[in-house]
Amino acid sequence: MTQDPTTITAVRSAAAGSGRALAMQGIGLSRDFRLAGGRTLHAVRDVSFDLYKGAVVALVGESGSGKSTVARMLAGQESLTAGSITLDGEPVSLRGGTAFRRYKSEVQYVFQDPFSSLNPVHSVGYHLSRPVRLHQGRGVNVDERVMALLEQVRLTPAAQFVTKYPHELSGGQRQRVSFARALAAQPKVLLADEPVSMLDVSIRLEMLNLLDDLRKRLSIALLYITHDIASARYFADEVLVMYAGQVVERGPAEEVTQQPAHPYTQLLISSAPDPDNLGSVLKSGNSAARAGSTGSGPALTGCPFSTRCPLADDKCRAENPALHQLTAVRAAACWRLSDAAPALAGGAATPAIPERTVNVDK
Amino acid sequence: MSPVLDIKDLSVSYWTPGGDVRAVSHVNLTLNRGEVVGLCGESGSGKSTLAYGSCRLLRPPAVITSGQVLYSGTRTGAVEPVDILRASNRDLNALRWRDIAIVFQSAMNALNPVLRVRDQILDAMGAHLRLPRDEAREKAAGLLDLVGIPRERLRSYPHELSGGMRQRIMIAMALAADPEVVIMDEPTTALDVVVQRDILAQIVELKERLGFSVLFITHDMSLLLELADRIAVMYAGQLLEVGTSEALQVAPAHPYTQGLLRSFPSLRGARRELSGIPGTPPDLRDPAPGCPFIPRCAYTVPSCSQVDMTLAPVSGTRGPRHVTACPIVTPELVAKAASDTSAAPAAQAVPAAGAASEGAHP
Repeated sequence: MTQDPTTITAVRSAAAGSGRALAMQGIGLSRDFRLAGGRTLHAVRDVSFDLYKGAVVALVGESGSGKSTVARMLAGQESLTAGSITLDGEPVSLRGGTAFRRYKSEVQYVFQDPFSSLNPVHSVGYHLSRPVRLHQGRGVNVDERVMALLEQVRLTPAAQFVTKYPHELSGGQRQRVSFARALAAQPKVLLADEPVSMLDVSIRLEMLNLLDDLRKRLSIALLYITHDIASARYFADEVLVMYAGQVVERGPAEEVTQQPAHPYTQLLISSAPDPDNLGSVLKSGNSAARAGSTGSGPALTGCPFSTRCPLADDKCRAENPALHQLTAVRAAACWRLSDAAPALAGGAATPAIPERTVNVDK
Repeated sequence: MSPVLDIKDLSVSYWTPGGDVRAVSHVNLTLNRGEVVGLCGESGSGKSTLAYGSCRLLRPPAVITSGQVLYSGTRTGAVEPVDILRASNRDLNALRWRDIAIVFQSAMNALNPVLRVRDQILDAMGAHLRLPRDEAREKAAGLLDLVGIPRERLRSYPHELSGGMRQRIMIAMALAADPEVVIMDEPTTALDVVVQRDILAQIVELKERLGFSVLFITHDMSLLLELADRIAVMYAGQLLEVGTSEALQVAPAHPYTQGLLRSFPSLRGARRELSGIPGTPPDLRDPAPGCPFIPRCAYTVPSCSQVDMTLAPVSGTRGPRHVTACPIVTPELVAKAASDTSAAPAAQAVPAAGAASEGAHP
């Protein structure tokens, strides 16, 4: 069941194309949790990816798929059961206070919920001055840096915001403070764990645009974790789709979303709200047509998706497929790729027809 | 189509030391039998207050300052519709849950963690239905069948269930007394897209089978376009536009609706330019005269501050199928603005290829 390492490294990261420098690498990351009764939960299994400076890699999956655990491992909050992390080509070892602190200043985390990730009794200025002092050392003008940070995340006039407390800010403004706090350490890598899912739809876009602008301007490598694959299409260079702790498909964002290969990716994409699809499955009440959507959790043996997959056969239930390379930049872990994505599996150049195209033929 | 819930001129204020917050002002909205009406707006727009206010579920400092909510159920036996806002407490108790049921926001946390699912369902039934014990137990089991959860889950505690299951149980409970109107307040916001879609499909299926009407509250416009028959767009306590999903998607009349439609990334079709809606909603303690959207609107003219915010038919349409509160912005104006600037804000209002020729415009 362990993936052949040569297969994985052969899949070139989609973000690599534009001559960007490698910032961080996760190689064969795994994390097990021991459960009561001697059972083991494989929260993350053999996940590998590259983060390039100024590029966005999106980790997409449902809750419990292990995407946050991956981010926590990268942030040094979770030990690795197997695998390794490199930063700027150097292997990372997270023992020892100074090394850990230096690592922390290079790799920062943005939390999901701006309503609970800021301390209600501290002002915005306090939230930002602490990491500036901690990570940028003596000799910097802290107040000046705080102002600059606020301006970077477009909380202006900065002088007004610096004295405010979290309860005086809207959700979007709070998340901006979270971004500023992460940037205060002048990181090379930003791990954004569902940074917009708690915000209103009308504000999400602004936030994503801000993140997009920051990573371009400051040339930060960004890991964007989300369950919204539509935002990954717009925002990310490369998409990794996770299911039950494994990467089931990876590739350039546009290709994966427009031409999904793995049945799970296809399910994810057909589940996203489709505003162009007015005469939809939903309105006709014809939910039985959707296969593999409900119920059962991941399988313990074989392909984890086999319990929900409409294509699953005996082989799927017995053996866990490794990531299989489809093109130079794409890979999927599925035994039935020739049925799930015939155009891709055959190596043919003809584009597959997406799961549900705009449905107007009433 | 006969109205089952008719909200007329409803206004709700919150009395606060800093002045009255006019959370809902002079809203008219009709829910017809068997219809799904979507109520869409960002946080703080008053959509939940409108829904709870119309069932008289608000407590001080919320005060209903004007209006009528006429409920014309088939079961009440009354010839005249009942005005919920003036009904006696006894009538109101009889009406609640049996005729008008609510699936509350963050329903995932609305279950009592220390009671078994069965006991919670029986509790609610005991309060509203007065069934014999055996019958109530049988009915509770039947409710789980209805939403596709195994009967033995009745013995489970909420923490033993997944988020989707808890949500389904909340929906099942709302349907226990076969209500005519179900108000759903962000029922799927905290869920994954796959689970969300299953639940929405289930809601639609149950609606077809049991024949209730739904008032569906969400901030996610993309979801409503697929789900709802009609959509009401709310902003700063007022309705800005009401129309069929088709009308709103093909030809959104109000600039706010146009902005909302440009706020979410789509998975299908060509990548469109996304702009979001810059700015923040106004302070409802001290509303400026005229249209509340003026500060964020691209088309603002001096006469905007004299707009009286009544909903009038969109030019080029007849009857109440598509109404807007904006008398300023017309399709011609949008087209003109689009040709003036290359970054055409109106270009995205044009539907995806194919939909325009459908004649979906009423």
